[in-house]
Amino acid sequence: MSFITRGFSGRSRERDDRLPPGQTLVSDFPVLSAGPTPEIDTADWEFTIRTESGMHSWNWDEFMALKIDDVDTDIHCVTHWSKLGTRWRGVSLDTLFEDVETEYDYVMAHSYGGYTTNVPLDELLDGKAWVAFEFDGEPLDPEHGGPARLLVPHLYFWKSAKWVRGLVMMDQDEPGFWEQNGYHIHGDPWKEERYW
Amino acid sequence: MSDATTAQVTALGAALRAVPRSGWHVATVADAHRETPNASRLELDVDGWPGNAAGQHLDVRLTAPDGYTATRSYSIASSGSSSRVVLAVDKLPDGEVSPFLVDEVRAGDMLEVHGPLGAFFVWAPAAETGDMRPVQLIAGGSGVVPLFAMARAHAAADDTTPFRLLYSVRTPDDVYFADELDDLAEASAPLRLDLVYTRRTPDGWPTAPGRITREALEAAVVPAAERPRVYVCGSTGFVELVADWLVGLGHDPRSIRTERYGGT
Amino acid sequence: MQHVDGNAIAGPLAEFFAFDVTTATARCIGCGNVAELARAMVYMSAAGTVVRCGSCDQVLATIVESGDRAWIGFSGVSAIEVRRG
Repeated sequence: MSFITRGFSGRSRERDDRLPPGQTLVSDFPVLSAGPTPEIDTADWEFTIRTESGMHSWNWDEFMALKIDDVDTDIHCVTHWSKLGTRWRGVSLDTLFEDVETEYDYVMAHSYGGYTTNVPLDELLDGKAWVAFEFDGEPLDPEHGGPARLLVPHLYFWKSAKWVRGLVMMDQDEPGFWEQNGYHIHGDPWKEERYW
Repeated sequence: MSDATTAQVTALGAALRAVPRSGWHVATVADAHRETPNASRLELDVDGWPGNAAGQHLDVRLTAPDGYTATRSYSIASSGSSSRVVLAVDKLPDGEVSPFLVDEVRAGDMLEVHGPLGAFFVWAPAAETGDMRPVQLIAGGSGVVPLFAMARAHAAADDTTPFRLLYSVRTPDDVYFADELDDLAEASAPLRLDLVYTRRTPDGWPTAPGRITREALEAAVVPAAERPRVYVCGSTGFVELVADWLVGLGHDPRSIRTERYGGT
Repeated sequence: MQHVDGNAIAGPLAEFFAFDVTTATARCIGCGNVAELARAMVYMSAAGTVVRCGSCDQVLATIVESGDRAWIGFSGVSAIEVRRG
């Protein structure tokens, strides 16, 4: 029974060819979150990759000593906003997986605060994903996932887990937090894989 | 479970059954005018509205020509069986919906509303619930809206339960329902009103403006020993501060009901 | 991110349940706390609504809405007490 409200337009919404279907452009950076913002001191921060055979871990200093990439990319949120040409710095997942041996094909990303999201391993490698700690030339704000978040820009942005603390290899794909509660298991914005 | 608690639970059940079923309705704006420099009072005629309890809220849904929708919750300042529903909307600086409702909406406009909603943060007269304990209302800013509905329902019912409102507000100009609150203080079932001004006071006010303190709260609320039911509504920060202080002052957490509206 | 009270989920849930779920008491599987859902902490964003236990922060429930579809999860609730009218 929805009808148009006289004079209501909402926030301005622009269109652009670089936008996947159903997306509109924003200039701000909306904050989406499933709980309180964790405050993690880089002195306490640790990032781990757990496989069927063992654990790899980096503290903040070790992490910052890795090869750092500049990333210029578009990001697309399932809630219909996109930002074009965002600038990040982070460590490529190719770098983090250099010495990791695993037979498993799927990854569950875990965050401080308990959030999880699942991504197939081949969608994290070959220059497709980073653990990012800088946005637009500044340290990543805690509201946006600082000190470090996953950045998987070719998938909807809920896959880019804020406050990421580790990856756990899985032999089969399992749904993460939002994926268990209505969101698509894969999340390709160009195919509009928003929900189940 | 004690007999007293059983009686309260039974009474609560009765009150809940009295709360009408919600649904989506078309509302026509009957009147829109400034309530304070930053807020508007909207009177809506809601087709099919089943009436509402004091303290309930509704959701307003706005739809743009391209199909974009935005939905927000607003407390209802009125109660009873009438299909005339009163809102008072505070304009949030970066808001998407509230600036529209405060600055753009005029009489004759139509809105979609969903309600009445929420049967927890409600008050009903002692004649219905059997609960004779005193009531303490604590409002931060626009959080006064559902509490005003309760105070007005209390007066309308000639309810003899002691009723007290502590209202924290920026300046005298920002007081919602100023005339009605004065009237309620004069009613046969009176409301005891205490105001705290955080930015500017009226001339001759005994205390300087400033945020409410634990001591000021203690002095202006029904003491814990009288086992009051307490309703607190305001920004998340205000509600958390006040609720923590109340528990520290010995109030039973189960007797404190809160409604946070986010913000700062 | 600021949270609000469980009262705020009365609207979304009223579209799918025949009673006001916020007045029902629910048991948290994390800490065992039993409280009305209206007393829970609610984090609302465009992505969805997350309801957390007021005592231990455990996710009690989630609501995802998209047009004419909605997903309501009670992953952190062992049971809800509903009163017969």
